[in-house]
Amino acid sequence: MPLFGVEATFWALLGPFVAAALSPFLVKTLKHNAAWVLAIIPALTFIQFLSFVPGIAEGKIFKASLEWVPTFNVNFSIYLDGLSVLFALLISGIGTLITLYAGGYLKDHKNLGQFLSYLFLFMGAMLGVVVADNVITLFVYWELTSITSFLLIGFDHLRRTSRRSAMQALVVTGSGGLALMAGLILAGYQGGSFELSELLSSGDVLRESPYYTAIFILVVLAAFTKSAQFPFHFWLPNAMEAPTPVSAYLHSATMVKAGVYLLMRMHPVLGNTELWMTVLPIFGGITLLVGTILGIRQTDLKLVLAYTTVASLGLLVMLTGTSDPVAIQGAVIYLFAHSLFKGSLFMVVGTVDHESGTRDLNRVGGLFAFMPITGTAAVLSALSMAGLLPLVGFVAKEVLYDGTWHAVNGGLWTGFAVLGNAMMFALAATVAIKPFFGAKVKTPKVAHEGTVLLIAGSITLAVLGLAAGVFIASVGHQLLSPMTSAILGAPFDEELHLLPKYLSPALYLSLVTIALGVIIFMYMDKLRVIVADVLRTIGWGPDKGFDQVLEIIIRFATALTQAVQTGSMVTYMRATFTVIALVLIVPMILTGNWPNLEGISSFYAYEWFIAAIAVIGVYAVLTARYRVTAIVLLGIQGFAVALIYLLFGAPDLSFTQFMVETLSVVILALVMTRLNLKPTDARSSRGKVFDISLSVLCGAGISMLLMSIVQLPFDPTLSEFFTQYSRTIAHGRNIVNVVLVDFRGFDTIGEISVVMVTGLAVLALIRVRPKLNGNSGSEKNR
Amino acid sequence: MNTLIFRTVAPYLSALMLLFSVFVLLRGHNEPGGGFIGGLIAVSAFAIYGIGCGVSAVRRAMKFHPMSIAASGLLLAVVSVLPSLFLNQPAMTSQWLAVPFLGTKIDLSTPLFFDIGVYLVVVGAISSIALSLEERAD
Repeated sequence: MPLFGVEATFWALLGPFVAAALSPFLVKTLKHNAAWVLAIIPALTFIQFLSFVPGIAEGKIFKASLEWVPTFNVNFSIYLDGLSVLFALLISGIGTLITLYAGGYLKDHKNLGQFLSYLFLFMGAMLGVVVADNVITLFVYWELTSITSFLLIGFDHLRRTSRRSAMQALVVTGSGGLALMAGLILAGYQGGSFELSELLSSGDVLRESPYYTAIFILVVLAAFTKSAQFPFHFWLPNAMEAPTPVSAYLHSATMVKAGVYLLMRMHPVLGNTELWMTVLPIFGGITLLVGTILGIRQTDLKLVLAYTTVASLGLLVMLTGTSDPVAIQGAVIYLFAHSLFKGSLFMVVGTVDHESGTRDLNRVGGLFAFMPITGTAAVLSALSMAGLLPLVGFVAKEVLYDGTWHAVNGGLWTGFAVLGNAMMFALAATVAIKPFFGAKVKTPKVAHEGTVLLIAGSITLAVLGLAAGVFIASVGHQLLSPMTSAILGAPFDEELHLLPKYLSPALYLSLVTIALGVIIFMYMDKLRVIVADVLRTIGWGPDKGFDQVLEIIIRFATALTQAVQTGSMVTYMRATFTVIALVLIVPMILTGNWPNLEGISSFYAYEWFIAAIAVIGVYAVLTARYRVTAIVLLGIQGFAVALIYLLFGAPDLSFTQFMVETLSVVILALVMTRLNLKPTDARSSRGKVFDISLSVLCGAGISMLLMSIVQLPFDPTLSEFFTQYSRTIAHGRNIVNVVLVDFRGFDTIGEISVVMVTGLAVLALIRVRPKLNGNSGSEKNR
Repeated sequence: MNTLIFRTVAPYLSALMLLFSVFVLLRGHNEPGGGFIGGLIAVSAFAIYGIGCGVSAVRRAMKFHPMSIAASGLLLAVVSVLPSLFLNQPAMTSQWLAVPFLGTKIDLSTPLFFDIGVYLVVVGAISSIALSLEERAD
């Protein structure tokens, strides 16, 4: 693979995984400073993706492909357009800063190496999601982000709440993943291609497909679970159990936007329908309001941010759902702005928590004097979040109001947006003002500015938010409009300005938002009490519902297990053999294909003699008084069978049969000495009759099946092949052995692996038993 | 069962059986025999030795843990698959090599090592089961 150009992107995609493998070792030698070294890899990835920006701005699309499984024509292909590149830049760029931040935040943590490793795994997976061309590749990476998110949320796995949150996030996003797989496969078959590049240019094929509704529901389900849309929003605030770098990176800037990415990616082929323009804005709008209202209730700064993230994702889904070009441009700018300010704010909160020992709104205050840089970052980012001049958040809000105002059903969506943004404004003010200004509050630790590693990320992102606002015309042309074009599937390039050119409805709406926001901020404490009261009155939420659903599943599983697994060996054996007998005999009864029994009397005398030995052996087993005797007598019948093999010219088989019979008698007898069974058989006579008839049925079934098989015309192709080539190719005269070790050696590998595993399993079972009984004799067992 | 005669004969009998099992294993390619049967004979040998002289004696005689023997057998079988891959042939294509030995030539082949692997897996896994079952009788 070349080091430059489009193909070099494969290196960029591999980079994070290499970093993941390196981190534990680097952390061992360099401690937290390993972050400086490791951050080089995402930085290089960032530069690689940056090199596409000029081309993307000209409307180009980059594609590259690697052969993966050439025999099945499966390729590892990537597709880079405005949407992919902006996402990739956010993932790798913020990823670089987060790597540094994690080094500072988890300084001296004993599992820092592991943590960074997970973080890079996630980064690689997320990059894969946004650049994948093949929908199956997209799905695989999508699932990988869910799994790495699980590992990161449960990083502090000794805490019960961490484990629960991790599991919850995995269950919710994982079930969405299943829907995604079904949706993408359906879309692939309907659209005639599994490559996004071809699917996206298929026009109205998917929209006109009879399966459109199914595809829509499945894809939307995936997007809603991943991007925490109501009613699946509950996992995201719970995911705040993860260390703050994870919250900043996965659960605000990147992973949770995968759902939004999916919707935006599929917009050209799935969007612009009545269904799309109804479902998405409604759920997005509700999520926006629910997120902000729940955010007001919180006093934990991190949870405030988590709920505003839910709200922002709702806003993005709502805007994407309008299918209006300007609204989508608004969504793009807002997504970009949100990644910058929310990533920064999370890092700020983490630094405050790290340096002052708390992140409770009521226990921090007046920190600006002690933490000026973190404070500046907080103020800048909060201004962007509130949508104020001169930050990029302001432009986002102007454009998105302009979009919703002119969209279909625009009045309703604008109402949602204004209300949500007003509450967001109030929350932004809370996050910036409460900890940093006002009277100094005594904190658990004496606060001071964080280390370079801790503050670099937040201030960089905050300043970028400012710069993007000031230079919005060029950022818009280079980065944002290409992304909008990709989402719309049609070129879109409208010049963006920081300052509104004329008095538009958007500007008035902004003023209304700010006024409302100020009012909400002033009554914040009262509102918090009211929201808390209302929630307490309702008393039920999706989070509780999740637990209830899980409990129902567990109860059902327990009941089913108890019904099926009775724990009685006799029942299991009877069930198994009844099924065998039925499978053997029922088809013969139904089809009437009974074996031809003629010629059965044409036995030689000695053959009758051996058969008689077998029958006597079986009779002896049945009448034996003691179990051990019965087992030994079972050998008689086995030897008789071995003799038959010998007579019919199968010395190898006969040989093996003799050995197997001998050993099974020995092992069965040994097993009997281990089991605490009565020496005599205690079955009732009815039970005995049942078991005997079952055995006869099974035996008769097998015999008849074999007879039927033997009576089929014999196809000699294989045996002729073996006879002909055993000597010449495999240099062996014993065809049985040659088949075992050469022609069918692969089967033999499988078989001996089974023997091996069986040996291990039996060993484990034998060892476990005595320990349960508290028998000290087991200690001797090796 | 545990008579003096049996206890005295058991070691010699099992030694003979072990020798025979190797013979059966090696001749398997041309005459009835092979790794699987050979392995079963060897297990019977160990079983007889165990019944006669006790499990600890068998474990001493085997030197290694039976499961390690089985595992090394599986490894050997898998490794014998590899040469064909390095020669750019389909997996498991047999490779033959005639080695001069005391005036005659001995044919060494990957199927032979494969068969030895099978032998070891059978010996290890089944004697492990038998021995651990027998252990409590001590």
